Amino acid sequence: MSVVNPDIGVLLVNVTLLALLFFVAIAIARLRSLFAIVMLTGAYSLISAMWFVAVDAVDVAFTEAAVGAGVSTVLMLGAMLLTARTARVEPNWKRLGPLAVCLVTGAVLIYATIDLPAFGDADSAANSHVGAMYLQRTAAEIDIPNVVTAVLASYRGFDTLGETAVVFAAGLAVSLLLGFGERSLSASHKPARANLKGVLVPSNKSDHHVVLRVVAKVLIPIVMIYALYVHFHGELSAGGGFQAGTIFAVAIVLYSLLFGITAALDAFPVIWARSIAAFGVLLYAGVGFWALMNGGNYLDYDFVLPPDDPDYGPEDANTWSQHVGIILIELGVLFAVAGSLISIFYAFAGRAPEIRDEDW
Amino acid sequence: MAELLETLLSWFHVVREPVGGVLLVVGGLLAIVGAVGLLRFPDIYTRLHATSVTDTGAATLMIVGMILLSPTGWVALKLVFIWVFMFLANPTASHAIANAAYTAGMEPKIGPSGDTGEADR
Repeated sequence: MSVVNPDIGVLLVNVTLLALLFFVAIAIARLRSLFAIVMLTGAYSLISAMWFVAVDAVDVAFTEAAVGAGVSTVLMLGAMLLTARTARVEPNWKRLGPLAVCLVTGAVLIYATIDLPAFGDADSAANSHVGAMYLQRTAAEIDIPNVVTAVLASYRGFDTLGETAVVFAAGLAVSLLLGFGERSLSASHKPARANLKGVLVPSNKSDHHVVLRVVAKVLIPIVMIYALYVHFHGELSAGGGFQAGTIFAVAIVLYSLLFGITAALDAFPVIWARSIAAFGVLLYAGVGFWALMNGGNYLDYDFVLPPDDPDYGPEDANTWSQHVGIILIELGVLFAVAGSLISIFYAFAGRAPEIRDEDW
Repeated sequence: MAELLETLLSWFHVVREPVGGVLLVVGGLLAIVGAVGLLRFPDIYTRLHATSVTDTGAATLMIVGMILLSPTGWVALKLVFIWVFMFLANPTASHAIANAAYTAGMEPKIGPSGDTGEADR
């Protein structure tokens, strides 16, 4: 198609993106302002997402952009509001220990890369054993275009159940550490509706965020619809429950950043977040038990909707039943991820004082 | 009428790819202009002025170029959605930055007339 050897273009993109990552990492290590560091980690995630796209890992890139650049930046900002804005300057001799650890770890990692197979090597472990089998059998057994979703949700359903449980446990742990229930919101007991009767106005002085609020009112519903699109389209294109849950959580977080945590808690109470997180894991595990009750193995989606055929057995592929099972467990993942992320955000934001105008 | 439409359509298919390519290049140049402004201008407001308009403009030009080059209508529709999102989000982000700088009491660098700002470098 082009006169330039396409390999050179790919190489240039890879080298540029990796060089950007390197410099951002150096900048993060050298900076002392925590705010700048948090922003740079967001930029780091976004650049890595671009690099994942460049190496054709679109689903991973999507997750990295949503979780790394989106939600974790906001969560880190929330955590930063609870602490100082700048890191303390350590004396030079105290940095020697971490430097030695970094050097040794880096040397070990570089030594390990010698044993790694080349990029795209057909004989590598990832491409030869079960990987090749999944690629061959997805079309017949599950019949969805996105093999990543087939592997993640169906062939590796146990692993994904574990990941969902880990996300839920993380949300639970943060809630337990930072306070549960009303106690976690001790710092923000500023009644939102005290000033004007019946009108939701967070502060009655001049509103600097009016443009942001108007645009957010337009964007937040679109963001939520997009989350559902990502979820239900996960079988066909990049995306799935994890990304959709993160995007849904981002919509709530955006609302609470612009309209105040109290208004957000009115719109989406903390108990909802915790309930849907638990319900998501329950739904995922429940699909497994449903398959068990229908005579299949745990999380064997062929038995989610078994046909009325007495000879129906584990060897028969039932793609429609697979689709239903995948949508259901992805729904569980969506609930678990969205609920956990929102309750983690509430746990941090509820402790910090309301974000004041001068902090913007 | 039908003949006219057909002629127009055939013209469209002829100019589609070159015009799309030119729009992509122009958009890229506009983005570079914005980046140069970001590096060269003295304070946050002028820097923002350089980047905000060029960012949205460059994105618009590039997306129109990509719509012209897109193989199917669905791709074009998705690009339109991306453009609508950018058209809402980009200026709002610039507004948020300028608003935050103003609220934080950041003074614009305004010298007396004729002063090119060389003195305080």
